Parts: sequence; C-alpha cells; structure tokens
Amino acid sequence: MKFTLSWLKEHLDTDADLDTILVALNDIGLEVEGVENPAEKLSGFRVAKVLTAAPHPQADKLQILTVEAGDGPLQVVCGAPNARAGLVGVFGREGAVVPANGMVLRKAAIRGVESNGMMCSTRELELGEDHDGIIELPAEAPVGTDFADYAGLDDPVIDLSITPNRQDCMGVRGVARDLAAKGLGTLKPLEEVVAMLPLVEAQGAGPDVRTDDPEGCPAFYARTVRGVKNGPSPDWLQRRLNAVGQKPISALVDITNYVMLGLGRPLHVYDMASLKGGLVARLAKPGEEVLALNGKSYTLDATMTVIADEAAAHDIGGIMGGEHSGAQDGTTDVLIECAYFTPESIAKTGQKLLLTSDARQRFERGVDPAFLDEGLEIATRLVLALCGGMASEVTRAGEPPVAARTLSYDPARCLSLAGVDVHPADQKAILERLGFGVTDDWTVTIPSWRRDIDGTADLVEEVVRIKGLAHVPSTPLPRVPGVAKPTATPEQLIERRVRRAAASRGLNEAINWSFLSEKEAVTVGGGDWTLANPISEDLKVMRPSLLPGLLSAARRNADRGASSIRLFEVGRRYFRAADGSSDERLTVGVVMAGDKASRGWATGKAQPFTAYDAKAEALALLAAAGAPVANLQVMGEAGSAYHPGQSGTLRLGPKAVLAEYGVLHPALAKQFDLGGTVVAVQIFPDAIPQKRKSGFMRAPYAPPALQAVTRDFAFLVPEGVEGDALVRAVKGADKKAIVAARLFDVFTGTGVEPGMKSLAVEITLQPGEKSFTEEELTAVSSAVVKAAGKLGATLRG
Amino acid sequence: MTEIAALKAGLLADIEKADTLERVEELRVGALGKQGVVTALLKTLGGLSPEERQTRGPAIHDLRQGVTDAIAMKKAALEQAALDARLASEKLDMTLPVDVVPEGSVHPVSQVMDELAEIFADLGFAVASGPEIEDDWHNFSALNIPETHPARAMHDTFYFGDNYKVTDKDGTPRAMLLRTHTSPVQIRTMTSTSAPIRIIAPGRVYRSDSDATHTPMFHQIEGLVIDKGIHLGHLKWTLETFLKAFFERDDIVLRLRPSYFPFTEPSVEVDVGYTLVNGQRVIGGSGDDDEGGWLEVLGSGMVHRRVIEACGLDPDEWQGFAFGTGVDRLAMLKYGMNDLRAFFDGDLRWLRHYGFSALDIPTLSGGVGA
Repeated sequence: MKFTLSWLKEHLDTDADLDTILVALNDIGLEVEGVENPAEKLSGFRVAKVLTAAPHPQADKLQILTVEAGDGPLQVVCGAPNARAGLVGVFGREGAVVPANGMVLRKAAIRGVESNGMMCSTRELELGEDHDGIIELPAEAPVGTDFADYAGLDDPVIDLSITPNRQDCMGVRGVARDLAAKGLGTLKPLEEVVAMLPLVEAQGAGPDVRTDDPEGCPAFYARTVRGVKNGPSPDWLQRRLNAVGQKPISALVDITNYVMLGLGRPLHVYDMASLKGGLVARLAKPGEEVLALNGKSYTLDATMTVIADEAAAHDIGGIMGGEHSGAQDGTTDVLIECAYFTPESIAKTGQKLLLTSDARQRFERGVDPAFLDEGLEIATRLVLALCGGMASEVTRAGEPPVAARTLSYDPARCLSLAGVDVHPADQKAILERLGFGVTDDWTVTIPSWRRDIDGTADLVEEVVRIKGLAHVPSTPLPRVPGVAKPTATPEQLIERRVRRAAASRGLNEAINWSFLSEKEAVTVGGGDWTLANPISEDLKVMRPSLLPGLLSAARRNADRGASSIRLFEVGRRYFRAADGSSDERLTVGVVMAGDKASRGWATGKAQPFTAYDAKAEALALLAAAGAPVANLQVMGEAGSAYHPGQSGTLRLGPKAVLAEYGVLHPALAKQFDLGGTVVAVQIFPDAIPQKRKSGFMRAPYAPPALQAVTRDFAFLVPEGVEGDALVRAVKGADKKAIVAARLFDVFTGTGVEPGMKSLAVEITLQPGEKSFTEEELTAVSSAVVKAAGKLGATLRG
Repeated sequence: MTEIAALKAGLLADIEKADTLERVEELRVGALGKQGVVTALLKTLGGLSPEERQTRGPAIHDLRQGVTDAIAMKKAALEQAALDARLASEKLDMTLPVDVVPEGSVHPVSQVMDELAEIFADLGFAVASGPEIEDDWHNFSALNIPETHPARAMHDTFYFGDNYKVTDKDGTPRAMLLRTHTSPVQIRTMTSTSAPIRIIAPGRVYRSDSDATHTPMFHQIEGLVIDKGIHLGHLKWTLETFLKAFFERDDIVLRLRPSYFPFTEPSVEVDVGYTLVNGQRVIGGSGDDDEGGWLEVLGSGMVHRRVIEACGLDPDEWQGFAFGTGVDRLAMLKYGMNDLRAFFDGDLRWLRHYGFSALDIPTLSGGVGA
C-alpha cells in the first residue's frame, strides 16, 4: 500500500514531520516497507529557458544552445529535435545525477564544443516513457526554480505492508484514522476533504440494476452519468497515481482507482454504449466465459458471481472488469457500480481462477459495508468535476450487511491479557478515536469498517497497539516447580547421540531436501507421497530413503574435486499409513565415497572404502544409539540399492531391522555418476527397543579375581559357512566358561583345499573362584571342536 | 704387597681397555671366576697366619672390590654406549605427516537446534514434534485460518493431490499438504497433552518459494506456553531471555510491533536491534542507535481463544502465548553465513567451515554458543 505524504495530509490534520509519522506507523502495526522522495533524485535539475540555438559545426543532429537556468547563460550541446530558442524545459546542472542511468553530469566537450549540462527528456528523469525530445514546460514556468518543486514532486512516497486483517488501511483515509488515534493530529471530516468537488444534483431515475445473487453480492448500488467527456486526467491526479505506482489511463478509470486508493472503496465504471439492457449481479452459468480487462479469458463455475447485462457477463464480480465494457476514450455515458461482495465468495473465486487484483484484495478482506452511498457519491462528484455530465439518481439493489456488532468488554482484560495497565478512561478514548462506540457499561460497538474485530482480545490489541507495545512490561515466566526434568524425548536423545557420534567418527552432517525427483525415488523403490504442485520436477516425491539425497550431495562434492567423501544425514523418511496419514520415520543415512585413506608414505596407495567400513559405521552408530549391538544378527536382504554379495542388515530377531549397510549397487552408483566403490548405511532408530529406565543404580559387580585365559582354534570349514555362524557355535559350546569368542584369521590358498577356508577363532575363558584344571580345559576344547563340527568344521592339523 | 698392587693395576688397565661386553666378561671370569686370579688370592687367606692376614687381607679384599666395581662400571658404560648407538640408529624424521583422522562436523542447523533446546530446557520447555506431511485442519483451520482466509494465500503451500485426502471422524475431507510452519505442533500438543504446557517444536517446514533468500524447505522453531494468568509481558520476557542466552549478550534490545497472525490475538512481531560492525550486522544494542537498525526475527502473540477452544481447552481458564522463528536465520545471524541455499547443498568445504565439532555440545555451564 503506497501513498504520498500530501495525500495523507489531505485526510490528517497534523504538524508531525515525516520521521514522526514513520515511527508512529510502525508502532501501530502499519509496517513501513519503504519511503522515498522523488525530489531527492531530481536535485540539481531546474526549470530553464533556451535563449539561443545554433547548429553544431561538426554534427548535423546536434545544436549548440545557450540556456538560462538562473545563474546566467550556459552553453549546452543538445541532440533533441525539439530544442529551439524560447523553449522552457528541464536542465540538469553539472554534478546532477540522471535518474534513469545514474550518470553524473560533467562539463565536457562534445564534438569539440564545450557543454555545461543537459536538457532532459521525460524518460531520463524517470517521469514517463517519452524520449522523442526534451521536456517542454509552459512558457510561464519560473526559470531557475527547482524542477521538483515546480512539478510538485517534492512529496515523499510511503510504502506500507498492510496485514490481511486491516482492509480499512488499504485506503489512505484508514491510515490517517489510525494515526489520528495514535495522537498524530486529527482526522479531517470526509466532507471537508471533498469540499472542492461539485455537489451532485441528480436528475432522472437510476439505472436498471439488481442482484440475483444475494449471497455473493448482497448489495449493488449504481448511478449513471450522461454526457461525460473522458480524456487524460488532470496533472494533480496523474501525479498522485504515478507516485504510488498506478498507471494513469483516463479520467474515468483514474477516478475509480483514486477512490479505491484513497478511501478503500473499489468501484467500476461501465460504458453504457457497450451494455444491452440493465445490469444484474448473478451466479455464473457453469462454463460461462468472461474476457477480463487483463486480456485473459476465464471460464467460470456456478459458485462465482458475475455482473451481466441481457447479452453476456461482463465482470468477474468484485475481482476484475470486462475487456469490452469499461470506460474508453470516446465514452460519453457511464454507469458507476458500487457493490458489496461477500469476502468468502470473492476469496474462493479468486483462488479458483488464480486471479488477483486490487479489488479482490479489498473485497476478500471485507470493505466497509456502510460506505456504499458515500463512496458512490464522491466518485460521482469526481466524474462531474473532471468529465462533466449529468448524474442520475442512485439505484440501490439489495442491502449491505451493516447490522451493528457489539462486544461486552471488561477493561481489566487489558492487564490480564497484555500485561499493560491502561486506565479505563484512556482505553475508552483510544477506542473512540478508532471509531468504536463505548457505552458506560462497556458495551463496545464495532465500526462498520473493522470486520476483523470479533472478540475482546481484539479490543485489547487495539488499545495496546495505540498505547504502544513499548509499555508491555517484561515479566519473568514463573519457574516450573520441582526438580528440572529432561525435556527431550528418548527419540530426540537418540538423534543427538547418533549425530555427535557420527561427527566424531569423521562424518560430515548434510541436510538434504525432503523431496526427490520421481526418477531418484524409483531407484529406492518409489515414494508414497507425490506433490501436486512441486516447485520443480527435481523436488516432487517425498523421500522413502535418505540415500538419493546423500548420493546427489556426494556427486556434487566429487564434481568439485573432493577425494574423500563421508556424509551423513539425520532426517525423516516419509511413508503413508493404512489410514492415509503420514508415517514419518527418523532415519540416519551415511554415504562414503572416494578414498577411505589417501596415499601415504607409510601406507602406500590410497585405500578405497569396503563393505566392512559400512558395517563398522552401522555398528558404531547403533551402539551410540543404545542398541544392544552384541545381540544383533547379521542377515541379508539389504535391498536393491546394495551390492547383493556385499551388503547386509543388522537385526534383532528376524523382523526388527535396525540397520542396512554395504557397498552400493554399481548400477545405482552409476545413476548418480559416482565412480569407485561407494558404501552406504541406513539406520532405523525407531526399531531400537527402548531401554526401560529403572533408576540410576547399576547391577552389582566385582571384577573377577582370577585372570582370564585364551585358547586359539583353527578350523577348516566349507566356504559357504559364514564366520558369524562359527563364532556363535564356538561361543555356545560352553556358555558358562566361554565369555567371548573372536574370529581373528581368514585364509584360503596354499594348504587349504578348494571349497574350504580356514577360520581361526580365539576364545576367552573366565575362571570363577578356582583356576581351570587341565581336564576342564580339555573338556572345553572338545566341546568347541564338537560344536564347530556341526557346521562341517574340522580342526586344522 | 706390591705384587697385589701390580695385579690390581694390570687388571684395572685391562678392564679400562675392554671395548666389548664379551671382553669384560672374559676379564671378569679371569679375575673373579672360580679359577680367577683374584679368587685364587682370596683362597690363600685361609692359610695365612693372623698377622699375615692382618696385612694381606685388606689388600686382597681391596683388590677384589676394586676389580668388581671396575667391571660393573665398565659394563654399565658399554651398555649405555650400545643403547645410545641403537637409539641413534633408530632416529626417525619426526616432521613426517601422520595419518589424518577425517574431520567430522555437525550441521549448523542441528547445532542451533541443540542450543535452543538447551536454552529452553532451562526455562522448563520440553521439545515436541509433529508430522511434516500435515492435513489442512492442523495446518490452517485449527489455527483459525479458514479456507477463504487471505492468510492462506500468505503461505505458498505444497499440496498433495485429491487422491491423498483423508477423512476426519466427522466425515469431512482433509487435504494433505507439507506443513507451512511449525504451528500445527501447537494444535497436536494441546489436543494430546493436558495444560499447563511449555513446549518448543523445531523442525522442517515447506513453502513453494525459491530465490536468493528463500528455499522450498527450511527450519522453524515454535514455542507455546499455556497456563493460567500468562500475558504478553511473559512473552516479552521469554523472548528477551531466549535471545540474550542465544546470542550471549546482555545488550539485546527488542522492539515489539503490532502485527497479525490468525492464530494469535494480540499478535506481535519482534524486531531485535543490531549494530553495524565493519559493515556486518551484529545482534545487540538498540536499533535506534546511530550505527544500528532493526531486524525482524520473530512472530508471536497471545494464543487466539478460538485455537484454544479448537483444542478442547477452556479459553476462560487457560491462556498463553506462542512464537515462531526461523532456525536457519538464527544460525545465520549468530554465525555469519549469508547464503541460505548453501545450508542444503552438502558442500563438504562449507560443512567443515561452518559446521561444529562433535564435542561442541551446547551446555549451560560451558556456554551454549560454539
């Protein structure tokens, strides 16, 4: 919402300077987005008269002028075709900055002739598009005065960001009212503001208008003005519209914009010559088309309100006028529409059509339903003043929803809700300045233009924002009684521990998009959730796996020349539950690519990552998450993302998968343009059984007095037997004595027949109160060999 | 006597000349061994008369002691020399590089979330969470944003299509969408726990917006207090306390401006003062100071009674405040990053530069900033 200071002061009688006004605007919740004075960029430009004009000796298209700009004649070289002696225009002096291009004007020789400044075009001063010649001012324009002063451009433009609840401030008058309530002067009576406009002496019956859609358009007021002369608006109006970024079109159109911007009242003007019969506000027929004045055609449905004549629909009611029925240059008879459209209906129509306009913005926020008559009257007076003609009576079809709304208010609420103690008399005064009615028993009548007010909290807000939020005292929040308890959930604690464990292991945390392209999603089994309106095809499907995001990040790093990539992410995977709701699973993903260790003087060549590096990360992070790592079983079925022979899952029982890990499937690595061995891990913290916490006390424990003994066994086993199976079998051979078993050597080759491998296991035996006897040790050894034998293992000779 | 002295001198000279441990051992055996010359002399003592023993005894013992000491000394010296020689031969170039332990890092967003959790834990706020794929009732309607409300247009919402709609228990269809803010966690908390409530809810949020300062995914943190007698003054204190703790500065100045959010009333936008230091905005000081300015950092307000009602609480009994702010933005303001898009690019160079060590765990005793 833009307006100029002079426009504001037309409604607000105030001595306050600009800075005071800007501070007050922010204080009362009308946020100042920017302020700009067009005169500042025009400093150094003056009204000047061309005294003489002579041809340039070196150039056909240039002339040498003598210009009087108040400080005596100056020589200026000029290329404008309309430059001539006697012309009064705008002269930029040495040192002035040309607004359009930022060029600083300097004394310079142009084709060998000294030039001391520049005569300017409209476009060079950013005052319009014209660049055919230099500006021509009336002959009586006072030579030597600042052009900005002369042209009335010394008028700061203020840009406000208006929140959606404050439709009333989408017009200058509403802003003035708020500032007056703040104490920055008084709001001038509206009649005083428009006093210079001619009064309407209505002649003849009003036009034939009616509303057949009382829900969407409860009130449709209109009048005609016949015999108008449309044309460009006067300078003051054009200047005002230009200043706030509204392009002047013609007097009739400019008047509707002026009333909308000044008073928050959208209007529409029809050329009666383009209408057939009376106008009706009605629901559109399904599929009915309207060609709007933005040149686009819209297909409507039966929930949308149109303004139609006997032949066709012209307007998308309250949103945009029609291409062919608006006021034109040759228009002589006009119908002025001043209607009330229901906000919800406008909002729905606008959302469906994806069509926004200044009118929609105001109607959907709720314009003042009690301002139809006055709005129409002022618009008519402006038409009469600017275009002449004869106005008819007003036709009033339907009724706007003007029923007074009241609230029962307790001024003590201000203290209990906002913490500010404002004297009831002050509260009453503030509310009254804002237009509220307040009775002695605190029944508060809401002004018709404040549709946003619907509860006592709103009244508190009004009082406090005008009083000033700086009065809100900083009040300590009472401490929660009792002992401080942990405020994070077990899941959050797991997340934190895993994150920091991963970082401590040399992994770098990335945050990747939650969405993938469809192509990426397919590589990990496809996603359950696809956006209807993605911002791009790359960000469309909610990820079912953290791997694609990490792989893309890895590729970007590889493209930048990173030789060793260790990335992890902690985030959600998105699935759809049976009832259609979202099932989001906290997941930890790891991708490692490139060199595990770079080449070194001690270690030789660079080392690639292996599946065992992935397994190591999986186990370490699971341990950090509190999973019972010793009880986990290594199983297969890590999924199609992985190398089928170099991957696995870590499970508790057959169903609960706590992690998957392994070498990435070469086909997937290729899809992400990643060379070399890429390894990956996903950890699923939601599968980790939560530990039941039973206080801080640990189980009693005393370290055993006797030292543990170890024994080594080398077995020949069939190649298909997995190491873990042998270790488990060995460990289970004597559950009491054997406290640990560890595989420490794997060998195939010379001395081991084909189809077999040699696995060496070290067992740890913990004696109790007495040391083991030779017989006991022999018995344990026999049991170990026997248990291994069940897997087809024989003790290696 | 003189022959003992001569023997001693001879032996000591030999020991002195010995240059290997083997030679020393040879001399020891020759002197002190079973057949050694000194041993032989010692054996003669038994056959001597007491007078002779009186004179020769000390000399022989002196001989034996002298030779024993000399051998021990020589042996120690040779061993020392051997060790020195070995150590000298084992010299390594200690300037050679060692294996590099890869440098891991925690993302600044995670770090800041941990910082916020720590700060708010001290004020008794628990950490709550909710789904990122939400229904429009939780994201909008329950927050007093009906379908036709212009505020819905303020949120550029990502929607899932019609075939994703779910039906609530009254049979009303709900559109599924990506939450546009963390505020639906307010609703989920109020409908699932009992008052009083103090929570923060950090997490990912989504808007279909992408330019230099907006990304389609970013992070917010929501705060909610529902209790008896809570007013705007408590909100102000809480935000002041939080921002002071977060930026670790006492000179944090807040400016409250009236604003509008459908789910709070009154609604307040919070600016924090900054000071320009070498052209960079540093949070602290009044924004009205010469080198200062104001930055909008938070949206907040008193929870709208309709929201409290929608959650099944009695708004005449319970009231409170809510606030929300961008986590990425807080990270940028505190640690000086200037490009939001880099947060989500996974560039290892950026992650290492702006990331945090695993051990930089925010604690109240150690300081929440790192």
